[in-house]
Amino acid sequence: MKVLIIGSGPITIGQAAEFDYAGSQACRSLREEGIETVLVNSNPATIMTEPGVADVTYIEPLTVDVLERIIVKERPDGLLPTLGGQTGLNLAVALAEAGVLERYGVRLLGTPLSAIQQAEDREAFKQLLVGLGEPVPESLTVHSVDEAVAFADRVGFPLVVRPAYTLGGTGGGFATTREELTLRAGRGIAASPIGQVLIERSLVGWKEIEYEVMRDGGDTCITVCNMENLDPMGVHTGDSIVVAPSQTLTDKEYQMLRSAALRIIRALGIEGGCNVQFALHPERAPTADPDAQIPYYVIEVNPRVSRSSALASKATGYPIARVAAKIAVGKRLHEIPNAVTRRTSAAFEPALDYVVVKIPRWPFDKFPGADRSLGTQMKATGEVMAIDRSFEAAVQKALRSLEVKGQGLLWEAPSWVDVAKPGPFLDRFLSSGATDDRLWRLFAALRRGATVEDVHDRTKIDRWFLRKLASIVRFAEDELQGKTPTPSLLRRAKRLGFADADIATLAGMLPADVRRLRGQWGIRPVYKMVDTCAAEFEAVTPYFYSTYESENEADSLKGPKALILGSGPIRIGQGIEFDCCCVQAAGTLRELGVASIMVNSNPETVSTDFDESARLYFDPLDEESIAAVLENEGVGRGALDRAAAPAIPVFVQFGGQTALNLAERIESIGGVIAGTSADAIGLAEDRRRFHEFADALGIPQPPGGTAESFVEARRIAAEVGYPVLVRPSYVLGGRGMEIAYNDEDLERYFRSALEAGTGRVLVDKYLRGKEVEVDAVSDGRDTLVAGIMEHIERAGVHSGDSYAVYPAQNLLPHERDRVVELTRQIAAALPVRGLLNIQFIVEDDDHRGASSPETPPRARDRPHREDPPRIYVIEVNPRSSRTVPFLTKVTGVPLVRLAVAISLGSTLAAEGYAREDGLWPAGDLVALKAPVFSMAKLLDVDTYLGPEMKSTGEVMGIDRTFAPALWKSLVAAGLAPTSSGSVVITVADKDKQEVVQIVEGFHWLGYELVATSGTAALIRSLGIDVREVGKLSEGDDEILRIVRSGRCAAVVNTPTLGKTVDRDGFLIRRAAVEARVPCLTSLDTALAVVTALRASAVSYSVAPLAEYRAPAAVAAAD
Amino acid sequence: MALEDGTTWWGEAFGDASPASGEVVFNTAMTGYQEIASDASYNGQLVVLTYPLIGNYGTFERAAESRRPWVEALVVRELNATCREDTVDLDAYLRQYGVPGISGVDTRALVRRLRAKGTLRGALLQVAPGLAQDPGVEQEAIAKARASAPLGARPLVVEASGAGRQVGSGPKIALLDTGVKENQVRCLTRRGATVRVFPATASAREVLSWSPEGIVISNGPGDPAAIPQIAHNVKLLLGAVSQRGTARPVPILGICLGHQLIGRAIGATTSRLPFGHHGANHPVQDLRTGSVVITSQNHEFQVDESSIPSGSDFYVSARNLNDGSVEGLAHRTLPIRTYQYHPEGAPGPRDNEPVFDLFLADVRDAVARRG
Ligand SMILES: Nc1ncnc2c1ncn2[C@@H]1O[C@H](COP(=O)(O)OP(=O)(O)O)[C@@H](O)[C@H]1O
Ligand SMILES: Nc1ncnc2c1ncn2[C@@H]1O[C@H](COP(=O)(O)OP(=O)(O)O)[C@@H](O)[C@H]1O
Ligand SMILES: [Mg+2]
Ligand SMILES: [Mg+2]
Repeated sequence: MKVLIIGSGPITIGQAAEFDYAGSQACRSLREEGIETVLVNSNPATIMTEPGVADVTYIEPLTVDVLERIIVKERPDGLLPTLGGQTGLNLAVALAEAGVLERYGVRLLGTPLSAIQQAEDREAFKQLLVGLGEPVPESLTVHSVDEAVAFADRVGFPLVVRPAYTLGGTGGGFATTREELTLRAGRGIAASPIGQVLIERSLVGWKEIEYEVMRDGGDTCITVCNMENLDPMGVHTGDSIVVAPSQTLTDKEYQMLRSAALRIIRALGIEGGCNVQFALHPERAPTADPDAQIPYYVIEVNPRVSRSSALASKATGYPIARVAAKIAVGKRLHEIPNAVTRRTSAAFEPALDYVVVKIPRWPFDKFPGADRSLGTQMKATGEVMAIDRSFEAAVQKALRSLEVKGQGLLWEAPSWVDVAKPGPFLDRFLSSGATDDRLWRLFAALRRGATVEDVHDRTKIDRWFLRKLASIVRFAEDELQGKTPTPSLLRRAKRLGFADADIATLAGMLPADVRRLRGQWGIRPVYKMVDTCAAEFEAVTPYFYSTYESENEADSLKGPKALILGSGPIRIGQGIEFDCCCVQAAGTLRELGVASIMVNSNPETVSTDFDESARLYFDPLDEESIAAVLENEGVGRGALDRAAAPAIPVFVQFGGQTALNLAERIESIGGVIAGTSADAIGLAEDRRRFHEFADALGIPQPPGGTAESFVEARRIAAEVGYPVLVRPSYVLGGRGMEIAYNDEDLERYFRSALEAGTGRVLVDKYLRGKEVEVDAVSDGRDTLVAGIMEHIERAGVHSGDSYAVYPAQNLLPHERDRVVELTRQIAAALPVRGLLNIQFIVEDDDHRGASSPETPPRARDRPHREDPPRIYVIEVNPRSSRTVPFLTKVTGVPLVRLAVAISLGSTLAAEGYAREDGLWPAGDLVALKAPVFSMAKLLDVDTYLGPEMKSTGEVMGIDRTFAPALWKSLVAAGLAPTSSGSVVITVADKDKQEVVQIVEGFHWLGYELVATSGTAALIRSLGIDVREVGKLSEGDDEILRIVRSGRCAAVVNTPTLGKTVDRDGFLIRRAAVEARVPCLTSLDTALAVVTALRASAVSYSVAPLAEYRAPAAVAAAD
Repeated sequence: MALEDGTTWWGEAFGDASPASGEVVFNTAMTGYQEIASDASYNGQLVVLTYPLIGNYGTFERAAESRRPWVEALVVRELNATCREDTVDLDAYLRQYGVPGISGVDTRALVRRLRAKGTLRGALLQVAPGLAQDPGVEQEAIAKARASAPLGARPLVVEASGAGRQVGSGPKIALLDTGVKENQVRCLTRRGATVRVFPATASAREVLSWSPEGIVISNGPGDPAAIPQIAHNVKLLLGAVSQRGTARPVPILGICLGHQLIGRAIGATTSRLPFGHHGANHPVQDLRTGSVVITSQNHEFQVDESSIPSGSDFYVSARNLNDGSVEGLAHRTLPIRTYQYHPEGAPGPRDNEPVFDLFLADVRDAVARRG
């Protein structure tokens, strides 16, 4: 039997790593059953697309056309659509409706089409539930405010307005009065491209409860677990703090909802997993009447694996996706062995003997300007999970795992500090809906003496949770604040989950002191197993969490072993790519006979799948917990065994910045860094140190310097010439990079930088040129550059947001050689043992030293080289990078495997990857890495591209030549314009000349051109007719209407210089994003799009990844 | 707290201050601590709850499965005050009935020990904080644990059995209360039956003289082999019913202890499981349909499959998927069905309430046939 599996495509808000976890589990699960698997996904940064996971792997755009061609080629017997999130489901429906499945006799496995349609179509779904006698909130789809008001008169208030087809919840929101409703409904209808909104009874404040249920072909149903949202209805489950199992539900309530969930999965006829969301009345006194119904509503059903099912799997140890896949091909639950106990089967319900807390991770540190309120639209990019034996400890551990800079338990926003009284604090900070920092607001309110009742009245958060939070605050205030710890006090503090760092702060000591005391007093965490059965059966799973109890179940592993530090929650700038590397590293260690020990706190990922590593510690990635893990593995337990215990290598180069930042601490806590030394890492990371290092080697860097004051900065700017790129000397959340074109920009940046408390500011000449990037692996002597990627967008657009082409298309041979030479030079000098990522700028001829006056070298922090080389190094990352999985897949060079081997003592030569020229030959292919954004979900975020990264995910387009590869990447990224319609072009004056080619291109392609006066004049001057529209700032919003009309194929809009408010541009860009119209803010991207469109007549190929690879690469790689 | 194997466990006391001793068993249900505490089948046992946070939603009338909590003591990781208005804290509830408890124990470590060693006897002592970790106290507790009477030595069923009463309206169901969980009565009356509850000591004649149209033998505490009297009564009831044959049948439903008693009545033997089944997640397969259900369970003893007399007309109707033990018996021709698990849930899934539908269908059917 042959089964086609659809992946979920790029990582976007609401669809993250959980589907890579589900997909790769499913592939393995099916192969166990001897089933041949064919996988298609457009996202190269996934484990599921690694060689060996599926039998045949396609990295191609997820469209009906592509899927049909794959089906024709592979002729699978079945299609498994329930593992690729919403993308997978939608595509399956499209394929079915297009008759493709029928035509080629492909069976839909798992969830029947009818179930998908019923669950997706709100009306059909309501009918189904009403038929089952399940309560659904009254709702009505309206096209006018009057209809809305009429509905309100019928069902009463409060109501929630949920616009159709506008992402970002534009115009959505809650209404408690006629006025509010009139306003919101009006806005919503206006915002909705189809002019309709859904008005629904508001259940804000009700308990939000989820159930993960499974059903097999024999109609056996089980629930894997239920979860209670700490944030009641009104905050998306994806943005809620979630606890498993439920804490405040009586057995009656638990069973009532459980039974309802089972009735629903039966009615839908699902064979596999399903997620059911309920709103439960926050009834305070359980009714005495045995038969009285407790009021509840069914909110939503997801007939597939989901973020919640990934969480449930990690929370219980029950591998939902693995089991769902087996069920889909006809296995019964009781025929599937329980992978954890090996003795029992999958037909049971996990029993937890711990508490699980999940906290979302939001991207607002990257988008300081964004609307931070939480509502019915998910905004989080990732999440962390913590397991412990008490809620207090679990929630504090989750806090530690979040890695929001300096935002620990005791953090307070500056604006709160001067509000000392509880009343005013509640009024100002806890009365108007949830925000991303609500947990800290709760702590702050309780700290100010607000009562649980007060807080409950404002937030409707259940008293049980509030009491727990209050008990944390009270213990901090009464027991720890200013006290010198005693053994018993410290033990109690640790049992409540207080971090050494917080205890130290409260007690006025250093974290190291607290750890020393714990050592003296023998207060150490023990590790308990996640075994699905509350210890009723002996289990063999290597899945552990730390807690302060008496019995330790994780004896130090025997034999050679190594620690891999994961990358924590998924956030912008640190995505699934790093998890992908960690998992590959674990696999390599297994091959090398070394036991891999994974530490990570992210429940969505493959790395926290307990059978990926020899052992998994589900714990925070901070010094305290790594130290404890090392100690538990036998490191430094007293001088004696320290001698005895061999040092444990710790891999910090795969877990992104999270792991790398721990590097310098590893030695001090008894670990030994595997590969590139802590010092070499520091050298590359600390920009100042690196500059000196680079200068010494004569490695060119963008001229510039470090400024403490505006005056100084202006001096440097004058020397190197505008524009300059400014950034804090150490990048902290939000206060990122900007390009300053003149003294005004510079001064503005400086003012805000100082406000943000950023000390030193780096001022670099902003170089005009193409950006290229390499990923290399080195053993300190030999270095292999796996490939050189060229960015489509010129330098100034963050590498993570750029389209990257492999191999570089426009590098002259000597430029390519220079890039390789520089890479080898840096790798050898640092030295690097393992992975290395370098970003270069190849300056354009016409811009060489542009507008930079001659200035005496001594007046410089760094010399400004005028003559060749014109290739500058802008950043060196001595670690795996975002592009490693991409390059590994297109070149076949197993970068991670080589890095691991080398770190453990091997060499490139020994591995057979040392090359004279130091560059892996590119095969007969072209691959593009295209960024994908989640802007639609983040209101108020400007979408233009700059030096600050904004994308959440990536896709790959691969083919034999450039044009089709680019076209596929655009299609996969959802940026391909419709073949006809109008193109709106409004560009800043500085770009007017460059836009000509683009204008001509779109004209040639037969699009109607729309522009505002300035650009219109330009277009006319080219003898091309154009539809001129008024400027928004002059009160004419025709341009927005055109963008939203549904006939708009693309928007080309470049922001006016610097950060000067560019309101019109902003509105146009937002309108485009929300109407799902491709919005091109870089002329380079625009030009590429035009090129691709012109060539898209050229047909593109659809082939398994392996086929694209040049024989040479394939041979050497495997 | 001490176990007979000499291990000791310190924690904070709650509930009543009195000492306790008996068998120590663990339950893995994540909700329903009050239902568990008030399940008479736990009479004589100290119960360890594996879910760490207990007491969260308090205790209340509706969740009581009998007139009082029966556990000798409750052992938990963390005791919580109620977050629900108009509910009573678990602490106060237990104290009201003189039941002690201990919290702050590494219950997982304790359960791992019970799993490895099998059910052990244990004892709970309450001492002043000053005496915490005192070796003398530990020795005393260990001694008490070793001295505590085995399950058989106490009239657990008679203690637990309630006074006779009658509720509901409809077909007449006689329920022999060997420690019944109230939800069995509710499940019957909710389906339109008259339930007359007979004390465990009631004779077969008393029961039959009410001329019931259906008979239920309920769950209850302890070892079925230790209550020959009651077992004998069940045998008489079974005999009387079997005599009437298929023409004028009186359907019989046996639950948990009831199932074991009927097992013994037909000549099968019963024996101890290593550490019993106590939880809400036990998979049971119906051997006729092959379908699997998740069940609520609470028992130490099992009917030995091999011992069922071949001539008995009874066959094994269901089996536990975890350890293959017998989960149900059924008669080949007569409407006599028994279940080792708790079809009434409470705590646990309601998936198996159809057992009561089936029973009452049998009853109505029989009534109808008699005209
Ligand atoms: N009627 C309602 N009243 C209040 N909040 C609601 C209502 N319906 C949904 N929500 C909130 O909106 C969130 C998202 O709604 P849902 O239907 O689950 O959409 P999604 O497909 O995005 O999960 C829910 O998690 C819940 O918190
Ligand atoms: N001197 C410069 N001239 C032009 N663009 C630059 C310069 N320095 C950095 N950039 C741009 O800013 C982006 C981010 O800078 P980088 O140093 O890589 O920071 P990060 O650590 O965020 O990757 C780069 O990808 C590049 O496009
Ligand atoms: Mg939802
Ligand atoms: Mg960079």
